[in-house]
Amino acid sequence: MDSNYVTPVILYTILALCTVGITAAVILYFVAQKFKVIKDPRIDNVEQALPAANCGACGYPGCRAFAEACVKADDLTQLYCPVGGSDCMGVIAKIMGQEAQTREKLVAVVRCAGAYDKRPRTIRYDGAPTCAIMHQTVSSDTGCPNGCLGLGDCVRVCRFDAIRMDPVTGLPVVDQDKCTACGACVPACPKDIIELRKKGPKDRRIFISCINQDRGPVARKACQVACIGCGICVKTCPFDAITLNNNLAYIDPDKCKLCRKCVPVCPTHAIWEVNFPPKPSKESLVTENTTT
Amino acid sequence: MKKLTSTTFPQGGIHPVDNKLTADKPIQDLGLPESVSVHLTQHIGKPATAIVQTGDTVKAGQLIAKADGFISASLHAPVSGRIEKFIDVMDQTGYKKKAVIIKTTGDEWQEGIDLSSDLISEIQSDREAIIQKIAQAGIIGMGGAGFPSHVKLQPPKDKTIEYLLINGVECEPFLTSDHRLMLEKSRELIVGIQILLKALKINKARVGVEENKQDAIELLRQHAANDPRIEIHPLKVWYPQGGERQLVKALTNREIPPPPKGLPHDTGCAVFNVATTFAVYEAVQKNKPCVERIVTVTGYNLTNPGNFRVRIGTSVTQLIQAAGGLPDNAGKILSGGPMMGKALPQTDIPITKTMGGIVILPEDQAQRKPSVECIRCAKCVSVCPLGLEPYLLMTLSDKELWERAQEEKMLSCCECACCQFICPSHRPLLDYIRRGKAVLTQILLSAKTK
Repeated sequence: MDSNYVTPVILYTILALCTVGITAAVILYFVAQKFKVIKDPRIDNVEQALPAANCGACGYPGCRAFAEACVKADDLTQLYCPVGGSDCMGVIAKIMGQEAQTREKLVAVVRCAGAYDKRPRTIRYDGAPTCAIMHQTVSSDTGCPNGCLGLGDCVRVCRFDAIRMDPVTGLPVVDQDKCTACGACVPACPKDIIELRKKGPKDRRIFISCINQDRGPVARKACQVACIGCGICVKTCPFDAITLNNNLAYIDPDKCKLCRKCVPVCPTHAIWEVNFPPKPSKESLVTENTTT
Repeated sequence: MKKLTSTTFPQGGIHPVDNKLTADKPIQDLGLPESVSVHLTQHIGKPATAIVQTGDTVKAGQLIAKADGFISASLHAPVSGRIEKFIDVMDQTGYKKKAVIIKTTGDEWQEGIDLSSDLISEIQSDREAIIQKIAQAGIIGMGGAGFPSHVKLQPPKDKTIEYLLINGVECEPFLTSDHRLMLEKSRELIVGIQILLKALKINKARVGVEENKQDAIELLRQHAANDPRIEIHPLKVWYPQGGERQLVKALTNREIPPPPKGLPHDTGCAVFNVATTFAVYEAVQKNKPCVERIVTVTGYNLTNPGNFRVRIGTSVTQLIQAAGGLPDNAGKILSGGPMMGKALPQTDIPITKTMGGIVILPEDQAQRKPSVECIRCAKCVSVCPLGLEPYLLMTLSDKELWERAQEEKMLSCCECACCQFICPSHRPLLDYIRRGKAVLTQILLSAKTK
């Protein structure tokens, strides 16, 4: 083909396209100037400081929405990112030029200790394998109406891979280092077993690992490690931190001074101490429910 | 004689094996239980308020708990004895609910209750008196729904009732309590229908009976021959023929609008079960409150399966003993039939007004087969009597897409379990749909109150 004929075609094409491109760029530049949306640059800064987990634990749909809410709000007392914790809120407060809010770090605890060997199975459930459906269908496959169903709804909702089912006990196990206390597992459990509690100094905490509200003999028959509501722990506690309601003791984490006096007196070992060094004089009681 | 023509509902349905093992076993009295535990909520609506106290002595048929509000039902002592305590007793769902425990001391009945078996066919009470008697007797839908009957007899002002439909279908496999009742108390049932007609002020009653109960159809036709208002309709043996929607469609060719609004009175129908009709007869003609019901106890390996007349509150354990004791290979005890019944977590559960049968399945049939992936065969769609798409509803419930679930009419599901029965992959379709219905109802309720 004649090269003198091809060259101008390429040249004109390039020229025409460049003209269209430049014209469009100019128009777009002026339109962008005219309809410019002024965003607070602090939103981006706050978003940078957030953990970007988009878990919704703060109550907002994602970290961006939370950042916008932070910038919009007059004070930060109502806003808290449980995943980032106090450090993250400190950075945000700095960006916003406000006082930093500190909250104690929380962790999810499983308040059921009814492992397979402690809590005999009375029926065999063969329906759909989710806790929500099992809860609706049969209440429980053991004698305990409040106990863990063991089908792992909490594991499925955890976005941080912090909960797993222990195949030996049939109970969920929380990894306290991975748990961000986002609270997604709390409503996911149809039995309300999981509670967000203070992680405690040196990650030490004491809690009652049972929520059975049946009378003592009934609860004991259903599960060897159930709280039977005997009230010995209430009498033992020197700080009035334990209350007894509906045959169930509860340790108030604000009042508890971690003295561990209640732990050995519990006749069913329903009170759990976590991350304490073993007492030298006595045999080690139940010590761990979380992998450290 | 009129030629037999059977009708049915137009869409979906299945035919499970009948297994009516106890169809020829006459109703027998179970005898007095040692103690009864009567749940305060056996019906739909507000729980009844107890009017007796611990330590009181009561006679059989005496009022022990009063209906609280319009949609509620009274309860009566099923035996004479002493009120022992009020405690939470496990019901068939496995949850504990408040109940009255009565220790039986004898069988002394309240005055004014006619215990003879003579037929009283003349209806002396007028409309108001009938409705009042039914309300006082604590009669609820004994087919399983437990809706207070006196409420059905007083439809809202803007609705007119044209047809009284009597449900004698008993399409669940195994169960025969309604069948035996129709055979043994057919005269009483006809009087019961006449009472309901009088209470509703209408003159058209249609009784639907499945064709496999030919003897009951013949007998009822014979006794209803003098009353042109009552027609007996044989229906095709096809599950769920006895569902309210399906029955209305089969007997009147009308369709109940979809929930949450649609009720039978929207189509001008009032539907009563035969067991309820018999209870109405006893309440109005004999002053006898609803303290007994017929329960079928059946299963392949039972030595003495049968139909028993049982006092409300009797433990299932006693019933199973009367039927020959629990067989060695028992795998599952169902309250109700195998299609819609619930597996009982234990046998120490009291009989309620709505429990029509106890079915004991052997071990090899009790377990569900392992569920595998959906193969998109759409069998569940073709058997759904309501034209829903169960495979889709299951996914929507699993993924918690509630808005879409509402668009797909999840709340219309009547839980007949046809989809789960037919599924070649043994998927737990109904389990998921039930959960979805419960959540969706909650969402709609909270949206309403906001």
